[in-house]
Order: sequence, then structure tokens, then C-alpha cells
Amino acid sequence: MDITTLSALKVGKKIKQKELSVTEAVKAQLDKIKSQDASYNCYISLLEEEALSQAIEVQKRLEAGEWKESPLAGVPVAVKDNICTKGVKTTCASKILHNFVPPYEATVIERLKAAGAVIIGKTNMDEFAMGSTTETSFFGVTKNPRNTAHVPGGSSGGSAAAVAADEAFYALGSDTGGSIRQPSAFCGVTGIKPTYGTVSRYGLVAYASSLDQIGPIGKDVADCAAALDIISGYDRKDSTSVKKDNYDYSKALVDDVKGMRIGIPRGYLGKGLDDEVRVSILAAAKELEKKGATVEEFDLEAIDYAIPAYYVIASAEASSNLSRYDGIKYGFRTEAFEGLQEVYKQTRSEGFGMEVKRRMMIGAFVLSSGYYDAYYNKALKVKALIKQGFDKAFEKYDIILGPTAPSTAPKLSESLSDPLKMYLDDIYTVSVNLTGLPAISVPCGNDSAGLPIGMQLIGRHFGEKDIIRAAYSFERTKA
Amino acid sequence: MKSYETVIGLEVHVELATATKIFCGCTTQFGGDPNTHCCPVCTGMPGTLPVLNKKVVEYAIAAGLATNCSINQNCKFDRKNYFYPDLPKAYQVSQLYLPICHNGGIEIDVNGVKKVIGIHEIHMEEDAGKLIHDPWEDCTLVDYNRCGVPLIEIVSEPDMRSADEVIAYLEKLKLILQYLGVSDCKMQEGSLRADINLSIREVGAEEFGTRTEMKNMNSFKAIARAIEGERKRQIELLEYGKVVVQETRRWDDNKDTSFAMRSKEDAQDYRYFPEPDLVPIEISDEWLGEIKNRQPELRDEKMLRYESEYDIPVYDAGIITGSKRLADLFEETVAICNKPKEVSNWLMVETMRLLKEEEMEPESIRFSAQNLAKLIILIGEGKINRTVAKEVFEKIFKEDIDPVKYVEENGLSMVSDEGLLKTTIERIVETNPASVQDYRSGKEKALGFLVGQTMKEMKGKADPGAINRILKEILS
Repeated sequence: MDITTLSALKVGKKIKQKELSVTEAVKAQLDKIKSQDASYNCYISLLEEEALSQAIEVQKRLEAGEWKESPLAGVPVAVKDNICTKGVKTTCASKILHNFVPPYEATVIERLKAAGAVIIGKTNMDEFAMGSTTETSFFGVTKNPRNTAHVPGGSSGGSAAAVAADEAFYALGSDTGGSIRQPSAFCGVTGIKPTYGTVSRYGLVAYASSLDQIGPIGKDVADCAAALDIISGYDRKDSTSVKKDNYDYSKALVDDVKGMRIGIPRGYLGKGLDDEVRVSILAAAKELEKKGATVEEFDLEAIDYAIPAYYVIASAEASSNLSRYDGIKYGFRTEAFEGLQEVYKQTRSEGFGMEVKRRMMIGAFVLSSGYYDAYYNKALKVKALIKQGFDKAFEKYDIILGPTAPSTAPKLSESLSDPLKMYLDDIYTVSVNLTGLPAISVPCGNDSAGLPIGMQLIGRHFGEKDIIRAAYSFERTKA
Repeated sequence: MKSYETVIGLEVHVELATATKIFCGCTTQFGGDPNTHCCPVCTGMPGTLPVLNKKVVEYAIAAGLATNCSINQNCKFDRKNYFYPDLPKAYQVSQLYLPICHNGGIEIDVNGVKKVIGIHEIHMEEDAGKLIHDPWEDCTLVDYNRCGVPLIEIVSEPDMRSADEVIAYLEKLKLILQYLGVSDCKMQEGSLRADINLSIREVGAEEFGTRTEMKNMNSFKAIARAIEGERKRQIELLEYGKVVVQETRRWDDNKDTSFAMRSKEDAQDYRYFPEPDLVPIEISDEWLGEIKNRQPELRDEKMLRYESEYDIPVYDAGIITGSKRLADLFEETVAICNKPKEVSNWLMVETMRLLKEEEMEPESIRFSAQNLAKLIILIGEGKINRTVAKEVFEKIFKEDIDPVKYVEENGLSMVSDEGLLKTTIERIVETNPASVQDYRSGKEKALGFLVGQTMKEMKGKADPGAINRILKEILS
């Protein structure tokens, strides 16, 4: 039997029941990757030796009675390459960090290891998580396993594609403007962007600090909930992490949406939305209605300005966060230079790719003294308005439902030539990051070309359990 | 020549005396081999995040309260972006939009004239590292030890008009901060450094002239010279019909002149924006109250108390409280021996003399209150005379010896044997008939000589009062 097609929880169970050893699970995963990843390029680094020795260690401790309550102990996991792994290359898919080995561990990695997880590899992504296609990686494009002529989405494209291609039982991604949900939708897997502050950002290489959040991508809702149980929780190393105990998301895996109030923003179904996606989303909403939820359309305020506000804020923070890559302390440094200014200029010119440079330029511009009020400050005001709009909606609804992306996965290189169009593809996802809300993307069908369609469910702050329950119930209708 | 007025405002950077850095647990200790006092957080490695040291907030509030500032109970940090090799994140976490303290002021006194210097704001920020230029290897090395050391920046209003006022303001500020214990204010180690903003205007003019900024001055002497030098330079420019250019200048104390570093035209745009990695700081009324309750007695209050409680002249109280170390020493010594005037004298006269001789600051005094008190008790009990006491005090000052032991071991106790004293005096009178004659013919000075000779014979261990009395008896 090919165990790589199993869900993470099922593999965890087999390991617990001694039907499978951790080493067997790791080896099966490695074999799968080695046999087929050349076609998809999901991974930047494969941690073959580390994973195998970790497997032996985890097996020993399992046999010694540890991790009885840890359902994912021994299950290999893939991690997006912007999450720092001690002693292991963390590149952010950029030339400027292509040789960077952090001497410290991200909090999420510590937590995964403490739960008995085995890190199998570091996945491909858009450079510094900037992009919606995983085509801006210094390490080459990742292809959509459902159809290799198409992109896997981005920026966590490597993680989503790895899960879709059975090259990972589950994976971690990061979501700044939709980077977990959109590739999950394009690859036909499930991904959660948790409430801002739920998962520690310590060790996540920052793109836009006020928007970034780490989250899980899995084959189903239950796997995502189990992973989120492990990585969530307060961390004193991250001041923005929230002091809240007992998230216990797996408890929300209940097949029941009776009485749940679901709102669909009218604007989410209008212009720009692909017909096939609209039909699929409305059909999914009908399913939930049939199970006892109430569904209605409503107007979500200020949502039209989400994209420009998002790109102003994200780029501003990115321009600041990425200025530390100057060729002085670590990472890539240009070979020929004279004087300090030239080290900076040449290193950054050669080390960063086009999309990253574009956003740093935008960011520096919107923060510059003459334009701060016109752009940055205005974007903050829009952000406040959008938050108000959501607050109002959540007085009436438990969940907001809509598409994750306006279309299915575009063809490779289609988006690169038209970045503005690529930015607009984030229309349904970015407002969630601006407001810090949790959201999940679950597969809800395929278009006529066979490409997956994702449905997005947005919850209140710390309303993960609502969206997990609804997503899980919807998932049951297809089982 | 027209008459001009100098307008000066200061930006004072103060390193706080916290044990650990502002955003991580690294030590703030001065010195240490390069790059041994740092971690991934303070060197801004990718993915790391700052966590605010609560003590920094408390120290900033204490400084604000002591300088009569309003405390902004909802404040936050901002990022100041610029490239420099000693700034590892390429931005400094500072406060622009909502500094923690604002709108205060302190009173200075220059030659009896009192004046309040306004304080515009106090904000918290992190220090940068240090560049070491190695001329031998022709390269520049970076030491990140100081990265993340907490600073407060105290920004004054442009209220000062002379170098004297600036020095008075700085001295006052330094004392306040030392008394609060928020900084050691060691200028030679860079714990207190000032940027001087200076402009010139005609007397009576309302508008300020164009100002220049001289950065990182770290000695009072250099500051006084720099103000004088820059004042003259700007007046000369104006007298010759030229204009003062707004620019940053570096004062070269050896060459006694300043040089332009960068002008306003190539000034940086720091692209400030709210720091997203730190949550806004909320200072509750309770917390603020706790800090208020913990505020120690400051210099001005202390001076008044010395006058009333210890009956010390205001002049003496001023000098003793002019250094926290001296004031602490004074109070501790008085607590043991209960002789405030006597303690004050030892600090004012002998201590000051020795400090001057050794070219030391009062802050570096090493001796203990216990040993000074013991010395004063020895004198009071008549165990040693003043001449011996001075000699013993030098030993205390330099090595903090125990005076009781020292006097005993070196046989310095006063001779109290009246018989021996009388025999000795009789011998002196006999061998110095000329002086005896002089004294009897009305030359008072001659008595002093005879006292001196006796003291010499007694190896300095006699009571000069007793010698005087016995001598007069014999010669009468």
C-alpha cells in the first residue's frame, strides 16, 4: 500500500498502533519525493539524513511511552522555507539568503518537534513570500500537481503542492495576503490562516510583520486542526502573540451546522469572478444550507479598497523588513565592489528578484516623507474601515463565505507579465490579513478543465472553531 | 558689530543602567570582547522579534517624572529606517509619533540666576553597534555588543543662551539621572552624550536663525569649547553677509573647530512608521503610581534636608549633593558616627584635595563610610590628633584601610602621659633659650616654634592643645 496517500492523522494512528514505524513513514515519504519531485519542484531542501535520524529518535521515545496524546507524533511534515530551522538552510527562496543557516529555531518548529513531528524538508515559495504563483523563487518554479501546465498558487505554493502531490502528509505555510489559502485552493487541499497572534511568528522571516501568520496546509480539515493544535499558543518571544490557552481546535470537528448563520458578501460574487467558480461556491453554500445553516447575501463595506490598502501596508513593512539584507552580516554578498555604498547596492541588485525589488520600491515610496500621508496613512484608515465592515457583519453572521480566488490556477508565466492582475487575484483573501481574522480554504469542486476550486470561510477573531466546524461539515457532504 | 544672541537646544542620549538590553536578554555590560554580548535578536537576524524590557519603560518614566514631564500612558514604538553597517536591522526602533514623556522642564541656576529649561520630550530607543576602523589592515570591523543597549533621548527646548547654561543644564540632568539610578552617566564610556543644536540671532529678533547640529559630544569641556567655537563661526558668517547652512557638523576638540558632516540637502528620509513587531505600551495608573512611589529623593530636596536636618551650610550641602557618591557616603558616615559637620569637613576639604591630586571624579571614590566614621570617632575620643588623622585619611582614601587597626599597628596613638610631655617641654625650653627670650619679649610667633619642636620630639603624637597649655604654664 502507498501510505503517502493517507492523511496525516491516519499515518499517526498507524504509528501509534505499531502498524508502521516512524522510519517506514519517513522513508516512504522520501521515496515519493525522490521519485516524482523533479516534475513539481515542491522542495528547496530535502532533509534526508536529518529526518531519518530524527525518525529513530522519535520511534525510541514513542516506544518509551512518550507522546501518547500527540496524534501526529512520528508523522513527517514539510515546512515553508521562510520558517527558520536551526542548523538547516532557510533561504526564503532568495539568492540573498541562498546559503543562510540560522543558529536558532522558529517557535513553531520547536513545538512541532516537541510533539514528535519529523521535519522532512523545506518547501519552495515565492521569493520572501511575495507573489501568488511560486514563480518568483530563486530555486525555480513549482508546478501544480493537478496539472503541471499551471501554477500551484503562492506564496506557499511548495507546501500546498507537496500536500497535493502526496509529497507531504501536511505542511506549514505562511499567509500575508492569502498565501496559504490561495495555493490550497489552486492545488485542491485545505489550508488555514489563523487569527493574527494565535501562532508565534518567532523565526518566521518577516515579509509584512503586521499581516504575516503561520498556518497549516493539509489533505483535510482534521489534519489542519491537529497541526494547528500543535503550533498555536502564546509565545513570550513574540510580543504580538496572544495570551490565550486551550485552543483545542480538534474539538471543533463536528458534523453539524444547524443554526449557523452564514453571510456571503455580494461583492464577492460580482465582476471579475469566474462563472465556474461562482457556480461551485453557491452550490457549496447550498449544501451547508441543506445541513441546517442559514445563508444570505449582504454588502461588506469598504472591501473595494482592500487591495490597494494591502499592497501599500505590506510593501511598506517589507521595504523595512528586507533592508537588513545588505551583504554585511550573512547571506549573499556581491563579489566586486568598492566602498560601502557599492556593497549595499550591488548585493541588493544581484541578490533580490524582480518582484521583491518592485515591492521594496513601492514600500520606500509610500513611507517617504512627502507621501506618507497620501498613501501609508490613508491605507491605515482604509484598514480601520474594513475592520469596521467585518465587525458589523459578524454581529449578524457567524461565518462569511466566499471564493478563495476569483479563478482556478492560471497557466505558468501568465501572471508574471501582468503583476497588477496578479495583485487583483488576491481580492478575496487580503482583507482577512488586514483585519487579523481567521479563514480557511476548503476544496469545493473542479472547473471543466479539472482544476480545483476553493471555498473560503472567514470567522470572527479567534473564531477558528466556527470555520473548522463548517468546513468539516462541508467536507462530510462530499465523503 | 551688531549684538547677537546664541540659541541652543540639546538632544541628550542616555544609556540606561538596566542589566539586560531593551529587546533581548543580552547583558549591557560595558567592554567585553567584540561581539560576545549579542544574540540573534539584538543583531536583527531574520525571523527574530523584539520583546520589550519592562525596566526600560520604568526608567524612562522615572526620568520623565523627575523632569516634570507628562507621561504618555499610551505610547508606542516606531521604526527609523536607514542603512549603516553598525545598525544590523537597517532600522532603529525608536519613538516618533508618541514619545513616552513630553512637555517638562528643569530649573538651572547660573551664578545665582534661576531659569527653567523646557524639555520637549523623552523617548526610548535602542543603541546601535560600533565600527572599529583598523588602519593597519585598512578595513572596518563591526562590534555589535552595544546593539540594543537601551537609551532615552532627552530633547530640550531651544531655551539655552550660553555655554554656562548648557553646562548647568547638563550637570543638573546628569545628577537627576544618577540620583534616580537610571544611568551611571559616564561620559567617557558614552553613557551620556549630547547633540548641540545652535543658532544665532540678533538681540531682540523673534525668529530663530538657521541652526547647525554638532553630534555626540561627550565631555563638558569640549561642549563649552564647541559652543564658543560654533557661536563665533556663525557670527562671523553673518557679519560677512554670508548665510549659515543647516547641516550636521563634527566638533574636533584637538583642532578647536568644527567640520561639516552632511547638509540638509543630503539628509536622510527616515521613513518612520509604527513598529509592527511590538504592541502599543499601556501604562496603567497603578503602574505609574508604583513608579511614582519609588522615586528617590533628588538633589534639590536633599540639599534642603541637609541644611535643616544636619545643620550643614548651604554651600557645603551643594558640593556634597553635587555627586551621588559623595551624598551617599555622607549619609552613611553620619549614620554611623553622628557628626554631620565633621563628616562634611572631611569630604569638603581632604577628600576634594585628594580627588584633585589624583585627577579623579567623586563617582570613583573607593573608600567606605565605615572607615571614615571610625577615623572621626578616633579623633573625637582624643586617640589621635589632626595631623596624624590627615595622614591616616590618605591611607583610607587610597586603600580603604581600617583606621583603628592602622593606628594601633603603626603606634600612632596620641601620648596622653602628661609627665612625659612636661619633661619633654622642659628639655625644649632649656635647649632653645633664644626663642624663650623672644616669646617673653612679646613675640607670639616664638611660641609656635616651641610647640612645633615639642611635637617633633613627640613624633607628632601629642595633643597640640596640651603642649600649648603646659608651655604657657612653664614660661609664665
